[in-house]
Order: sequence, then structure tokens, then C-alpha cells
Amino acid sequence: MQRIGVFVCWCGSNIAATVDVAAVSDTLKNEPGVVFSTNYQYMCSESGQNILKDAIRDYQLTGVVICSCSPRMHEATFRKAAAAAGLNPYMVEIANIREQCSWIHKDKAAGTEKAIILGRAAIAKVHLNAPLTAGESPVTKRALVIGGGIAGIQTALDIAEAGFEVDIVEKQPTIGGKMTQLDKTFPTLDCAACILTPKMVDCAQNENISIYAYSEVEEVKGFVGNFHVKIRKKARYVDTTKCTGCGLCTEKCPVKKVSNEFNLGLDNRRAVYIPFAQAVPKVATIDADHCNMLKSGKCGLCAKVCTAGAIDYKQKDEIIDREYGAIVVATGYQPIALDKYDEFAYSQSKDVVTSLEFERLTNAAGPTGGTLLRPSDGTHPHTLVFVQCVGSRCEDDGRGKSYCSKICCMYTAKHAMLVREKYPDTEVYVFYIDVRTPGKNFDEFYRRAVEEYGVHYIKGMVGKVAPRADGKLMVQACDLLANEQLHIEADMVILAAAIEPDPSARHLATMLTASMDTNDFFTEAHPKLRPVESPTAGIFLSGVCQGPKDIPETVSQASAAAAKAIGLLAKNKLTCNPCVAHSDEWMCNGCSACEKVCPYGAITYMDKEFRMPDRTTAIRRVASVNPAVCQGCGACTVACPSGAMDLDGFSNSQIMAEVDAICKMK
Amino acid sequence: MIYSYYPGCTLKNKAQELDRCARLSAQALGITLEELPEWQCCGGAYSMATDEIASKLACVRALKDARTRGHDLVTLCSACHNVIKQTNHAMAEDADFALRANNYMAPEAEYHGETKVIHYLEMLRDTVGFDKLAQKVTHPLTGKRIAAYYGCLLLRPGKVMQMDDPENPRILEDFIRALGASPVLYPYRNECCGGYATLEDKALAQKKSDTVMTSAREAEADCIITACPLCQYNLMKNTPEAGRLPVIYFTELLAQALGVDEEAKRA
Repeated sequence: MQRIGVFVCWCGSNIAATVDVAAVSDTLKNEPGVVFSTNYQYMCSESGQNILKDAIRDYQLTGVVICSCSPRMHEATFRKAAAAAGLNPYMVEIANIREQCSWIHKDKAAGTEKAIILGRAAIAKVHLNAPLTAGESPVTKRALVIGGGIAGIQTALDIAEAGFEVDIVEKQPTIGGKMTQLDKTFPTLDCAACILTPKMVDCAQNENISIYAYSEVEEVKGFVGNFHVKIRKKARYVDTTKCTGCGLCTEKCPVKKVSNEFNLGLDNRRAVYIPFAQAVPKVATIDADHCNMLKSGKCGLCAKVCTAGAIDYKQKDEIIDREYGAIVVATGYQPIALDKYDEFAYSQSKDVVTSLEFERLTNAAGPTGGTLLRPSDGTHPHTLVFVQCVGSRCEDDGRGKSYCSKICCMYTAKHAMLVREKYPDTEVYVFYIDVRTPGKNFDEFYRRAVEEYGVHYIKGMVGKVAPRADGKLMVQACDLLANEQLHIEADMVILAAAIEPDPSARHLATMLTASMDTNDFFTEAHPKLRPVESPTAGIFLSGVCQGPKDIPETVSQASAAAAKAIGLLAKNKLTCNPCVAHSDEWMCNGCSACEKVCPYGAITYMDKEFRMPDRTTAIRRVASVNPAVCQGCGACTVACPSGAMDLDGFSNSQIMAEVDAICKMK
Repeated sequence: MIYSYYPGCTLKNKAQELDRCARLSAQALGITLEELPEWQCCGGAYSMATDEIASKLACVRALKDARTRGHDLVTLCSACHNVIKQTNHAMAEDADFALRANNYMAPEAEYHGETKVIHYLEMLRDTVGFDKLAQKVTHPLTGKRIAAYYGCLLLRPGKVMQMDDPENPRILEDFIRALGASPVLYPYRNECCGGYATLEDKALAQKKSDTVMTSAREAEADCIITACPLCQYNLMKNTPEAGRLPVIYFTELLAQALGVDEEAKRA
């Protein structure tokens, strides 16, 4: 028989106002096994904790029930206090009589009765509690950052700065991500390349950072502190140790008409290419889909001109095995495809462009050298129409996204302002649903576009863009405030396409057993209090992979994710949660039901030799739980058809004892 | 293949060609169109307010009749198709509307949208198949540049009509290709012709029609085809004669390509 102490907290008037705390402690005193029962104004205070500690010593308590707030709030506090008094912390149970009782009831008699029942349930559970000891696992002191955009770069730099090794895996030939394609950045209008490329160089030069560009994560195994990752380094057909990045091959390559993805197809590149002048690593890559030599064996021009002898047509993909303690996801975003938005004539006219394409058209390193020219005929545009929320905040038409893409209002204001500044002869219209500019110096920025630069902001949406035979774009729209239809003869239309997570994110999430929302954004462990951690231990989130955000916010989050990863890497050992599942191998029939429901990938199957009652041996397939990965959610215990799975600290018998105590008549 | 067929009032007078060519072509394609007996006007000339029951009852009667006969219902006129399809949708999805409509009718045989309503074009695409149709063409319209005009009623609201993408439709273009002609893409092919505004604001209707006509002409079309008698009338009457393209029904083109039209004239 346990010797149980019951401690009822008033929580000031939070509990005491609707629960008769004295009645609760008096009644629970009569429960079997209870040797001590009291109530106190603030159990979590130092003097409250001392009451607990003293009672554990004086009454030789073997179990404790605290009737107080939610265990999320103070379970750790009371466990620590109990441990200080020499009691195993897992012998402490919390009966939540605040959030689940006093706060939601008005009638004191009913509240008191319910508090007593909740207390009884906790007492019934403590009777079956057993001391648990948390295990330990070692930590590999290296982090993996998946994605080499500004988010991944910032996270990697911060982790490296703290003295830990970091690997960046980037699927493109260069790190830098979307930010390399941008012209200027709001709200300060500094040039994106000027603030990003030094960071890219820092990554390359930092001795703690290894960059795996043109590489992808192939497989992830293991658990927090001990991830085993396979990285596929895709064949570039160029020896990166020899290539000097001189670019001679890219000038001589005879295949000239490959759509240049860095300029979003607005111009062409060769089959061997360096994405842009400031690429890191600055080495050439041969595009196997277009290279004559790789397709037909006839050419070899680049190998002839390469003075470094770096071209290697026989190069193969390479698989690299690495171990990590922490993984940071920074997979970023892409603009949505606009093929379902034909009312804007994106596929019909070259002069209807996305905002990202517009960035390239105004970028000094872009296809027009920074002079804004119409893609169709290279003339100077006079009337420009910007359309916001193309695919954002689309609730039900099945074409777009329900969420706000967050960055479009600001970059559209930036585009409009820059066009007006550089080309004062232009008329610029912006159509919007709402203008959303929360952020430091953001609203001031938008107002400058309207007030100083005379951009015509019109509340309303564009209904149709019709390309005319003479090259003009007929824009039909509504002005909701003036309640009239507008017809604008435009030279260019710029669409602020919604952003969505990079398509590689879904597959990656499966490998990491990290959860995602319905839009394929990674979910955080807690939306407010743990925003940069995935619910899966050891996985951290950086940048837009978690939700739309601009550069300042991305960098803040990237540093936050780095801080969390550093906190993990700084530990030599990890204390595991002892409330984990275990399987009774004699009852397990190897059906895989538990493995399928486990959100953390903690359950594996093995063939194990058993000595049967008749003294023969048999090989049986049984489940096995990795306690370092198991988060104790209990999904497997519910799914298990034979009842072999059980959760330490929350066993089936303990839960049933609680249910019995609640259902028992007074 | 047998279908119940709802022609609609306009097809009995102004738009007889639309109806006649559709029947001839269906026959040539091995499809039997059984005209519903005692059908009444779909009510397309009235308001399409969703809480208006009385003007929709004729549709419900036709739909119910088609259910009894056990065939899918084929329509042809864009306006009839729109009203019948929307009414059918309301009978299936809007319990309040269905209750009130059923109370007007014979409550012992309630109707809840069981009949499948398809447009003649959908029948060509999904039952006959445009590839099969192309094989049956005896007089291919090679070299003809034809502008498909959808108007507003055929495709919208997209969720109810479920025929094609209202912003980027292709069913009529595919149809034109099947007949051996070349479809002309022009931006105003799915905009309203202004037909409904003709009586109260003629200038507006003329402007809308002219935009459509000009847009098709600039795309160098030889003629415009449509499924809607109101669009046909409006495009022809409301645009200046100079530069006006011929506007014909898509079934006229179909009958011509299938070689059944001349035959009919001889008879």
C-alpha cells in the first residue's frame, strides 16, 4: 500500500472561489492510502513547496497528489520539489482542478464535488505508479541545415559561430536561395546582393561549415542527438576541387538555348553554367539534360577549353553518410504556378509577369541590365498595373491558398515606388484587397509610395487582363471605394503570386517524421511558446518552411532556430523522458499497427528468437520501441490490437483505475 | 445512346437552326435525342434570384420527367442549360429550396436532383469523344479560322456548371479542332455580350458586343460560333456592320462538317 499525501492548492481565489478547498482536502483524507492531506494558498510558492517536502519526510510518503493547475503549468515544479525530498519525481500526480474545474464552473457545490472526483482519480493512479528513471543518450556535436537560402545561411553561421560543426545541404548548384534573385529589399531599400553575398562568402570560409551544394537529403534515420543522414551529392560532371570558376566553359558551350532558371526563363543560359557571378561555391555545373556530350557523346568542347582539367563526363552521384545531433529545416518557398489564373493572361502575354520575374527585370544583374523593358518588344513601359493577392486569401475556389502570403504588400509597394522613382513618366496602379503593413517602418514605407511617389492604390480586384493586338494589355477592374468599373490600357501587368512551401518539403517531412499543416508548412511544437521547434525532438524550423515571412523575420527565426540547436548540441548527454511505450513481446503479434500510427518513427520490428513453453525455439516478429525517440504520446497503445503496447507512467491499468475512480458512485 | 432532350422556346422560333442542326448531327453520330413532351419555358427570362421558386418550377418538372424516363437530360441553349443545371443543383444541395419546390409539385414524388444534366457539347466530348467525332467528319473545315464564343452563361458559376474552366475553357476549341478547323484564341471569348442589358442600356450592350467582336476580328477569325441564341442575336445586332463577323451556332458548323446539312436542304 502506498503512503499518499494530498495537497490542495487555492491558487489565490482562482480555485478557492468556486471550489471549497478545505472540503476537498478533508474528504480526500479518507481515501485509501492517504496518510496526509492539507490545503494551502499557493502550493507552487516556496513555502508551499516546503509543505510538500516536509510532509514527504515526516510522513514517509511514497506518493503525492497535487490538486492544482494544469500539469503543463507546474508538474515539473512539483516533481523537482519531490525529488529534492528524496521521492521519485514520477510518483507525483497532478489533479487539474483549475483549468478543468474551477475556471469553467460557477456553482461552488458542483465545483467542489468535481474537484473531489478528480482528486480521487489521481489517488487511484498514484496507487499504481512505479518509480521511473530517465535514461540518457549521447549527442553528436554537429548540425545539419537543409536548405541554403537566407534562413539556412543565417542558422548555419550562428551555429558555427558557437563552435559547432554545421553542414548545409542545398539542392541548387549554389547557396543563396530566392534572396539572390531579388533586387532591393524593403523597407530600407538596400540591395539584396550587397547584404546577402558577404554572408554566402562567410559560409564558404567558415571552417565549421561544410556546404553540400547540388545535393539532397536522401534518408534520415535515428533520433534527437543521433541522426544518421544519407546525402546524395548529384553529379555536376565538374570536379569541384579543380574548377576555378573562370567561366570559360560557359562561354564556349555550343548549347545556347537552355532556359535560365536563375532569371526565371527570361533569358537563356548554356548547358554548362554558373548560376550567377557571386555563386557559392563558384564552380560550373553541366546540365545533363541538355549537354550534347552527355546525351550523344559528341562535343567535349568544355573539356577542351578547361585549363584546370575539371570537366569529368564520367562523374557519378555520390552518397555521403553523416551523423548529426540536430537538424534544422530551411527549405523555403516558391511562388505558386499561375496556370489556373488565366483571367490575368499570364500564359498569353509575355508582358504579364510575376513579381519575382519583375525583380529580375529591374535587377542590374538581370537579363535587361536593370533597365525596365517590356519582355515582349523591349520597349519602355508607361503604364504598369500591379495585382496583389493572386492566389492568396482565396478561400474556396480551389485554385489558391487560404492564407495571406504576407510579403506581397511590401514588395509591391517597393516595386511601385522604385518604378516611379526611376521612371517619373510612368503611371503605376496597385490593386489590393487590403494593404497589410505591420512591421517596423513598414507602414511608413507604404505611405511613402502613395504620398511621395504618387502610386495609385485602388481597393478592388482585377477581373480580366486582355492582351490586344497592338500589344497593350486591357485591364478591367473594379474600384470598390468609388464603386465603378475601371478600364486601364496597360503596358505591363505584375502579379503578386501567392507563395507556397517548396515542393520538396513534403517528402522531407516524411523522412524526418516532422508534422505539417494542410498547406504543407511545417508545424511548430507550440505556435506561441515553441515557434522554431518541430514537435519531433531535435528538428528545428527556420524561415518560410514554417509559414510565410519576410527577410527580417526569417533572419530572426533563423537565429532563434540556431540558438535552440546550439542548446541541444551544447549538451553532452540528453535526459530522456521515461514515460515511453514498451511492448510485451510475448503478447505482440507483429502486426505493424503501432508502427503505422507512431508519428515519431520510434517503433521498429525485429525477428527475435523465443524459447517456447514446449522447449522449442521460434523466431517471431515483434515490435521494439526506441525509448530515445518515443515521445510518450500513447498512440501505439490505443492502436495495438493485442494489448501488448503499454506506456510507462500512463499504463492501461493506471488509466482504467482513473476511469473507475471517476465513475464510482460516492 | 438515348438522351432526353430539352430544346427550349427560342429554339422553336428564333434559333431553329441551332436545334435542327443539333438533331441532324446527333442522328449522324448514332445518338437518339428524345424531346421531352410538354416541356415549358425554363424561365431564363426571369430573375435568377435563388429564393425565387415559381419561375424555376418548369425546370423542376422537366428534370423530374427526365428522371421518370431514365435518361440523362441534354440541353443546347446556353441560357436553358444554365437555368436547368442551377435549378438541379439547388434541388440537390439546398434543402430549403427543394422542400419549397417539392411542396408546389406532387409532394409524394419528391425530386432531389437525381437527373444528370449535360450540355450538347459535353455529350460530344464525353459520350461521342472528340477523337471519334473527328473520324466521322466527312467535310473537314480545313483552313477555317474560327473563334469560339462562350459568353457568360455556359460556364459560370464554374462549381455548378462543371463543364470547363470558366477562365480558360477549351471545350469549344477542341470541338473546332475535331472538325478540322483552327480555333482562334482571343481574350474576350468568355465575357458577357451585354445581352441582358440591351433593353435598359443599349449603349452598354453595344459596347460589350463590340469588344467581343473586335477582339475576335483582331485575332483574324473568319467567323464566331456560339451556343447561345441571345449572344448570337446580340453580337449580330449590336455591332457596326462594317467589320462584323458572321456569328453562327456551333451545331451549324457541326452539321456542315458531318455533311448532313446539304442532305437536309435537299429533303
